[in-house]
Amino acid sequence: TLRLICTTTAVQKRNVGASGPEKYTEAFIKKQIEEFNLGKRHLANMMGEDPETFTQEDIDRAIAYLFPSGLFDKQARPLMKHPTEVFPEQRKIQWGEDGRPFHFLFYTGKQSYYSLMHETYEKFLNVQKHQDQLTAQGLPLQKEKRNLAGSRWLTKIELEEMLLEKVSDDDYSRFIQLLQKLVALPCADIEEKYIQKFSKEVSVQLQKVVIEPLQHDERGVAFSTGEGKRKTARATAVVYDNGTGKITVNGIDILHYFPVLQDREQLLFPFQFLGRIGKHDMVCTVSGGGRSAQAGAIRLASAKALRSFVTEKEVEFMRQAGLLTVDPRVKERKKPGQEGPRRKFTWKKR
Amino acid sequence: DDRLLTEPLSHPDFFSVKELFTLKDLFDARVHLGHKKGCRHRFMEPYIFGCRLDQDIIDLDQTMQHLQLALNFTAHVAYRGGIILFVSRRRQFCHLVEGTARACGEYAHTRYWQGGLLTNAHIQFGPGVRLPDLLVFLSTLNNVFEPHVAIRDAAKMNIPTVGVVDTNCNPCLITYPIPGNDDSPAAMELYCRLFRMTIIRAKDKRRQSEAVEELQ
Repeated sequence: TLRLICTTTAVQKRNVGASGPEKYTEAFIKKQIEEFNLGKRHLANMMGEDPETFTQEDIDRAIAYLFPSGLFDKQARPLMKHPTEVFPEQRKIQWGEDGRPFHFLFYTGKQSYYSLMHETYEKFLNVQKHQDQLTAQGLPLQKEKRNLAGSRWLTKIELEEMLLEKVSDDDYSRFIQLLQKLVALPCADIEEKYIQKFSKEVSVQLQKVVIEPLQHDERGVAFSTGEGKRKTARATAVVYDNGTGKITVNGIDILHYFPVLQDREQLLFPFQFLGRIGKHDMVCTVSGGGRSAQAGAIRLASAKALRSFVTEKEVEFMRQAGLLTVDPRVKERKKPGQEGPRRKFTWKKR
Repeated sequence: DDRLLTEPLSHPDFFSVKELFTLKDLFDARVHLGHKKGCRHRFMEPYIFGCRLDQDIIDLDQTMQHLQLALNFTAHVAYRGGIILFVSRRRQFCHLVEGTARACGEYAHTRYWQGGLLTNAHIQFGPGVRLPDLLVFLSTLNNVFEPHVAIRDAAKMNIPTVGVVDTNCNPCLITYPIPGNDDSPAAMELYCRLFRMTIIRAKDKRRQSEAVEELQ
């Protein structure tokens, strides 16, 4: 390398940051593991426990006791974990003493990715050969359809973790295309085990809301409970069967608790929708929020409670009417430099 | 140890490479078929035997000589424990070439060639890399029908090259060109088989000689 004479020493210094993240040698990691094990035994001694049966949870508890920290971020607090969890997995030196690399595709740069492509292509050729053999013998090709809906391919990040090297978007899409081609062949069942390494199960979870059954109190009357919220108000409602249409809020009758007609209409809306105005009694408790918010919360709670009394079709009607949806609207925060959440200060030309 | 290295150099054909192939083998593998007259490269004219119905025919006698020199050279490199890198940018034969390299215990590169692989190796791979001692091109052109970048890079880094040059290729910078067909599967399989056999032979001979030396 050429050495410039008439420059400062700062220019000639090696750019340490440009060499990438710090590479940890195998010897360094081994030393760290020994130190960790020794430290674990010392810690067990300090806490008065048995060094042989000192698990990771005990270590965490001991550290939290000895070094109490009020920091908010859990990851910023003092930590004592096994070095393999602390130091990221890295590739060791790829060549032996005589300089010959270990992997036959080392000189391509992306050896794990290209060796993966090579293996997958080999499986592809195997399947084609098997197919040709079957057609030569005249036997029919198996056509068991793989369940494509319940599985997905590995994501790019998962593939990067598997190969321990960076994979570009083009490379990833090429690999997925090759896998799809392999799966599309009729006799791909032979290489099922290999393909399963790269596909993941996606459990189709139907989020079905469980409607609770009716409960009966001492007198034998059927009732059910529901919870609702709106803005900052939280409400619980208990709806009783065989009633006269009396509604009590926090021990007070609704005529006294909600003087405004609009709020009382909101409370009665679920019953009016189902046509059960005079048939149910309701006792509710509500806290927080304002007049309108409490009314909305009780409405949601009573609609949820009424689901147990009613057929599934009517539940679907209620859902479509918007009686069972939580209203997500809350007060928007004020921003600095503005007078309110949206209103800006008056603009003066001069 | 000195004797191990200097003894093979005194013989013209220490590894008896000539008996691996005959002219008939080359003809059966369709090695003599070149491209059309319009695709002909100016520097390939000395290697061309003639032209039939607009298709160039490569002179197999010259091919025999060049092939013998090239195989002899690869055998000597493998005998001395050198790193051999097989390069080819033909998508049809990528799997075959990688398989051959694996069987020999040598290395292959049949994928996209990143610019600084040879010239910028210490930064791409890490300090202390050993570069290949021989580059074997099973097809000198890349996918855009231009000369492969590795030929120029190897010439820059003083790495000898062995390459199969077709009638549309430039044989200038290659140290041991082998005029021959690089398009048909039969020809490629023949080349792979020949290189594999020479390298395995050379390595076996090295191990035998070392064992004999140790006994003495």
